[in-house]
Amino acid sequence: MTESAPLLDGTPGVIADWSSDQRAFKKTPWGKAMMWIFLLSDTFIFSCFLISYGTVRMSTTIPWPNPSEVFALTMFGHHVPLLLIAIMTFVLITSSGTMALAVNFGYRKDRMTCFWLLLATAILGATFVGMQAFEWTKLIVDEGVRPWGNPMGAPQFGAIFFMVTGFHGTHVSFGVLFLFIMAVKVYRGKMDREEPGFMTGRKQDYGMIEVMGLYWHFVDLVWVFIFAVFYLW
Amino acid sequence: MASTEGQQHPLGIYFKIWILLFILSGFSYAVDYYQFEGYLRWFLIIVFMMLKAGLIVAVFMHMIWERLALVYAIIVPPLLLLVFVGIGTLEGDYTFLTREIFFGGAE
Repeated sequence: MTESAPLLDGTPGVIADWSSDQRAFKKTPWGKAMMWIFLLSDTFIFSCFLISYGTVRMSTTIPWPNPSEVFALTMFGHHVPLLLIAIMTFVLITSSGTMALAVNFGYRKDRMTCFWLLLATAILGATFVGMQAFEWTKLIVDEGVRPWGNPMGAPQFGAIFFMVTGFHGTHVSFGVLFLFIMAVKVYRGKMDREEPGFMTGRKQDYGMIEVMGLYWHFVDLVWVFIFAVFYLW
Repeated sequence: MASTEGQQHPLGIYFKIWILLFILSGFSYAVDYYQFEGYLRWFLIIVFMMLKAGLIVAVFMHMIWERLALVYAIIVPPLLLLVFVGIGTLEGDYTFLTREIFFGGAE
């Protein structure tokens, strides 16, 4: 598609884009714009969870369980606070890095490098979900945490914990599923040949990897906030 | 290139941001490990959180290279959440107060 008038920058550009015909997001494929809008709505969902958590925690008269102690691990005879969560954080950041590189190598048409990076991202994501499953098991089986109560303090702790990390873990799990699908598509060269998609019939290109990347980075972004306000507070 | 609308940038910036994210996460963890307390803890947690979030959105999600029309459409609405945080704080404090009065034995 060609644009007739040259695009403006800065505030005049914002006004011109938004008041223009047909298309507000110039130079942005619609798939990417839609992913951003989906992520915006998801931002509000996660914010609702975290703000309710804040409200619940401020309003309880029973002391909140200390996350630093609850999520501590004993490794080689040492008591390390929050160790598992720290490892999970580093795994997710690593996966974000490999995803960013996958997007870049995709646009370079480096098919196999893109494939391996996507695969690495998916495996790191699956590792994260695995560690979360371990964490849930430890809390439910060993520490007796339930959505309606726990032996350490405020009963709301369990409800908030399972809700927030469960919703995030679901996002990661679906991300892993789609990363595997994208990896297979890239491996088969669907993007290079611009074959029509199985579900949509649309021409496939490496822009799809960037849209996938937006979702994956968002999952990492949400974890940054959960890590800070739930585990470190 | 099939798509002229794709984002293409040198690899170096991704590695730099990647390393920065690792360092900032290390700092976040150190806040807990060394058991900083009170307002210092709060301040450090929020600063590292916002820096990490900013780097991810700006570089990994390519926001600094997008047109301003998209940037504003995505960044401005979440600012409303600050109002929501304010309301939540007021409500939480009020509930705490009433619980102290009615369940705390203060006659």
